[in-house]
Amino acid sequence: MQTKVKTVYKPDRSTRRRQPIFMAKVPAGFPSPAADYEEDKLDLNKHLIRNPVATFFVRVAGDSMVKAGIHDGDLLVVDRSIKPRDKNVVIAAVDGELTVKRIRIRKNKLTLEAENENYQSQEINEEMEFEVWGVVTNVIHAL
Amino acid sequence: MKDIFALVDCNNFYVSCERVFQPSLEGKPVVVLSNNDGCVVSRSDEAKKLGIKMGVAFFEVKDEAERNGLIALSSNYSLYADMSRRLMETLCNFTPEIEVYSIDEAFLNLASLSENLTDYGRRIKETVRQWTGMPVSIGIGRTKTLAKIANRIAKRPACPEYLTKEKIPTEDGTAGRSAEAAGVFELTDSAIDEILAQIGVEHIWGVGIKTTIKLKRAGFETALALRDADVKWIQRRFGITGVRTVYELQGINCYELEEQPPMKKSVTVSRIFGRKVETVEELKEAIASYASRAGEKLREERLAAGVMIVFVMTSRFVNKRKRYFNSHTVCFPAATNYAPELINYAAKAAGQLYRKGFQYNKAGIILSDLVPEDSVQGNLFDEVDRQKSRRLMQAVDAVNARLPFAPLRWAAEGINQPWQAKFSKRSKRYTTRWDELPEVA
Repeated sequence: MQTKVKTVYKPDRSTRRRQPIFMAKVPAGFPSPAADYEEDKLDLNKHLIRNPVATFFVRVAGDSMVKAGIHDGDLLVVDRSIKPRDKNVVIAAVDGELTVKRIRIRKNKLTLEAENENYQSQEINEEMEFEVWGVVTNVIHAL
Repeated sequence: MKDIFALVDCNNFYVSCERVFQPSLEGKPVVVLSNNDGCVVSRSDEAKKLGIKMGVAFFEVKDEAERNGLIALSSNYSLYADMSRRLMETLCNFTPEIEVYSIDEAFLNLASLSENLTDYGRRIKETVRQWTGMPVSIGIGRTKTLAKIANRIAKRPACPEYLTKEKIPTEDGTAGRSAEAAGVFELTDSAIDEILAQIGVEHIWGVGIKTTIKLKRAGFETALALRDADVKWIQRRFGITGVRTVYELQGINCYELEEQPPMKKSVTVSRIFGRKVETVEELKEAIASYASRAGEKLREERLAAGVMIVFVMTSRFVNKRKRYFNSHTVCFPAATNYAPELINYAAKAAGQLYRKGFQYNKAGIILSDLVPEDSVQGNLFDEVDRQKSRRLMQAVDAVNARLPFAPLRWAAEGINQPWQAKFSKRSKRYTTRWDELPEVA
């Protein structure tokens, strides 16, 4: 029987990992005692972005999500490849406009909730053009 | 083992890129214009329905189209390049064998797959749609030529120009399939005769206008007729390329996947000016700037050029006596990618081409006779210090890679560059500039 490929896994080349160079020379077979403790450098790209191809940055305008820690001018990391689940903060396209809201997915009912008393929740009905654009995974807030 | 090719092709690529970030453009007639808002280079299905043809000059259709609610956008190449990269990288998750065929098309080899091909195609389509927001059509067949034909069938039936005849079998046998269900078509052996009979020879991959005319004169109207043609006769009339097309239609693979893009044969930088250029100084500046850009392109690919063609022209749409086109060919003493040398020769050529009294609207540079920069044939009387010039170029390119928005430029390119092309209706560069990210409320 022929061997066939079922799934192809792609190596992740999203970021460059700087390999620490061993500075300790090994003149007589006695290596630096620290060499075994070398670790990866910390990489914010890897920490914040799981799937670079599907990740986009978006800028916040307005204060409708303040209580979720999302402020005017903040940067959002948005992953389009994540399937939205109840209570996720998402970017949604509603009637042609992009908006950031908390999504509530319940039986027969889809709601976008703001995180600010001054804004009302919006129930999505069939007449509306609606699409979840992506799921917000991180907020980058400058102080 | 027989090969199976899939051609993945993004529908209305430029317009689709724009729609990802401006969902309000969905369902509306939208076109994207070429440099300087000259010609229509991408159209939404709605714009196609308005009868707007590919490549028409925008000013010719502008008034009527805008009455019909048409939205026209300038091209946003930074956005399209980034979205293209995302599309291709997404496809790499589905097979290690991929040939990027153009900015919005790729061939995949799916030969080693055990899964149902149509299902796999649907998964590719859905994943691309979710990850990048881009709608793609996928055609699957035994050869590249058949995959191209399958892709044609996969395109939405809503758009009649994709199809030569009406009767298109659907994937599930039902008539009016929805736009979303469409988009994946596998050309199976059992359906092949029926499909090929619907494809005019002019729509076969690699068959150009001249060949089409010749084929039709000889009585070949459809891909089916061509597939069953006498191969010896085809060889006499159309040579080996024609024979390959016939074999490919028969399901015999003649074109392998080109995973490494072939070495470039030429590099062109040519643009319409933002406004008419009348002085020799501005013409030289513009051409120097194109030469500099062409040199960058060469060095990116580690190539050097033996020949440079410089051309200048006025608009085609002016009075005959005000029309002018001329070109000048330079053969370098030794193949080069050294910016000062390219600029020097280009500016000299521009001076020779310039005639007073004309309003120039376009100029360009074509570099050809390309060779790898490491195998440049030396010239005994060469006056340029090649080692030194290469180090200079490496330094300049390294600086410009770090400061892409404030690059080092050559003085000959001018400072204000009033002739630069205008992109008056360009959307934001949503994915490549911190200050132009999409905004959400």
